[in-house]
Amino acid sequence: MIEKALTGSKKYWLWLGFCATLFGVGAAFYIDQLFNGLQITGMSRDVSWGFYLANFTFFVGVAASGVMLVLPFYLHDQKEFGKITILGEFLAVVACAMCITFVTIDLGRPDRLVNLFLHPTLNSILFFDIVVLSGYMLINIIVGWSILDAEHKGEKPRRFVKPLIYISIPWAASIHTVTAFIYAGLASKPFWLTAIMAPRFLATAFAAGPALLIIICLILRKYTDFDPGKVAIKKLSTIVTYAAIAGFFFLLCEFFTAFYSGAPEHTATLKYLMFGEGGTGLQPYMWGVMIATVIAIVLLVNPKTRYRDDTLVIACVLLFVSIWIDKGLLLVIPGFIPNPLHEFNQYFPTLKEAIITFGVWGLGCMVLTVLYKIAISVKLEVGDQEIEH
Amino acid sequence: MEVSRREFLKLAGLASAGAVVTASSGALLTGCSPLIGMEDESLNAKNMGMLFIPSRCEEGCHDCIDACNKMHNVPKHDNKDHEIKWIWETEFQHAFTEYMENELLKERMEHMPFLVMCNHCANPACVRVCPTQATFRRKDGLVLMDYHRCIGCRFCVAACPYGARSFNFKDPQKGLQNPVPNPNFPKRTKGVVEKCNFCSERDIHGQFGSPELPYCVEACANKKGSLGESALIFGDLKDPEFIEQFEKIQKDEKLIPLRRKEIAGTQPKVYYLV
Repeated sequence: MIEKALTGSKKYWLWLGFCATLFGVGAAFYIDQLFNGLQITGMSRDVSWGFYLANFTFFVGVAASGVMLVLPFYLHDQKEFGKITILGEFLAVVACAMCITFVTIDLGRPDRLVNLFLHPTLNSILFFDIVVLSGYMLINIIVGWSILDAEHKGEKPRRFVKPLIYISIPWAASIHTVTAFIYAGLASKPFWLTAIMAPRFLATAFAAGPALLIIICLILRKYTDFDPGKVAIKKLSTIVTYAAIAGFFFLLCEFFTAFYSGAPEHTATLKYLMFGEGGTGLQPYMWGVMIATVIAIVLLVNPKTRYRDDTLVIACVLLFVSIWIDKGLLLVIPGFIPNPLHEFNQYFPTLKEAIITFGVWGLGCMVLTVLYKIAISVKLEVGDQEIEH
Repeated sequence: MEVSRREFLKLAGLASAGAVVTASSGALLTGCSPLIGMEDESLNAKNMGMLFIPSRCEEGCHDCIDACNKMHNVPKHDNKDHEIKWIWETEFQHAFTEYMENELLKERMEHMPFLVMCNHCANPACVRVCPTQATFRRKDGLVLMDYHRCIGCRFCVAACPYGARSFNFKDPQKGLQNPVPNPNFPKRTKGVVEKCNFCSERDIHGQFGSPELPYCVEACANKKGSLGESALIFGDLKDPEFIEQFEKIQKDEKLIPLRRKEIAGTQPKVYYLV
């Protein structure tokens, strides 16, 4: 099947070239980081995790959201999703690969990465996270590839695939839960020390991931002969709506607990984000995200705007970007502000840091395009036959 | 069974090679324990801690900090973001953030210097989160770092409720003169975490002679003329004699023992007598 990625239109090659350039530039700056250390980033003694780990956290969510296609199709027999489950599975594979890359580039000594496995430490959540992420990536590449291969050959999928699919469903929830536990298990960071961290992560993930899938589906429909189906997109948009509302509700719950209790440690960071107490660097992003989320929810709740492609795309883009900023700038970073000595030190990613980050995006887009090209070529070849499951 | 001369020589060669390998790896495993006294059972009963009495500090004196920085080759970087700090001075409301709003207490403590460092917690969050056991708690209660195992993920930096850990954002040699002040202390590279080690490289338990003190405590005692007047006191919190001394200071100087961030549940072992 892999040969299908080697032929394509001019646009296909141009897009791949663009992604490769992004990746290449990022890689070049990463070499700079290898030689000069993490001083090239905006991170500091106080804000010791930054854009890399924030992007890692976001993409764990994107990876987990693949399950929002797999679950309705395999457990609830929603046949409309049959054509696009493969898109969810391949998206999960790519997102996992990006996550592992983000963790690696964030390390001070990436040459010692193997120490994670030489000295496995069961009490470290980071160790568990790497294990569940690699496992999830492996499951999805095996499941996605074997089903596609079976379709291509006109056979039934191999017998081992079915149990793997059922394992992948709770596994998806586990990757984002474990990632939330990295943050929610630290008594040193009151902003993160909240039991709804994992539920909030899952809710926002199930909004951002399917929102991205809707955008991808609409792009594929426009630029290829592949039609994901109107019903599938409609059902996806329902999932996005509920998840976005749940995510926003969890955020409001955080506000209530902090501001009503008035516990100083819990309110310090929120006051910094919302009212700029201690620095106004992130304040516009906080309000921007809240406004964008509300607009997106309004557009999604109203059936008239939800079922129109143009307004649906606006809502999905707004949600995807605002959840990315929410995790990227407003969750990981302010956890460190103020620092344990109640000093306010600001953080913003440097240009080099951003270029390296988008280099990883380039790598992800490149691999995703190739995988999708293969999947869609096979789907177009076999036509509209019903998928066995 | 007939063995040709050639085969016999082969076998003999293999056997002796095997013996050499076994012997040398055995020596490697037993001979070079990475840290002095790791296998010494007598350390089990110990729980080393520090007392700090800010009222004994002399204004403007930084002898303790200077001694530590010098003996551990702590680099000095121009950019505040990349600072490496093992022991440093701050104000009361920064050391004890939970009393930030307590104006009465703050007023009385305002003019005193507060030294902060790693608390060598009995229940250390940094050790719990480290994915490679590069940071670990030794049997005598010291929380230590293996600079050669650390992958630089900075999970420990995030987990520490005291901000006691520093990450080498750049090559530490760039912030040091050449040659370094103390060539005997292990060199760090960029990309690893470091912090106060309660001078684990010194003979603090007196296994090879009379016990040595951490450099900061030694510097303070030298300045003050005697250990009894030092603002920093180091000892074993399980040793009844040490506890007696601890209680005597409290009584004589009318002081109460505070620990930073009790709420974090880490059981810190640096006591502030205020």
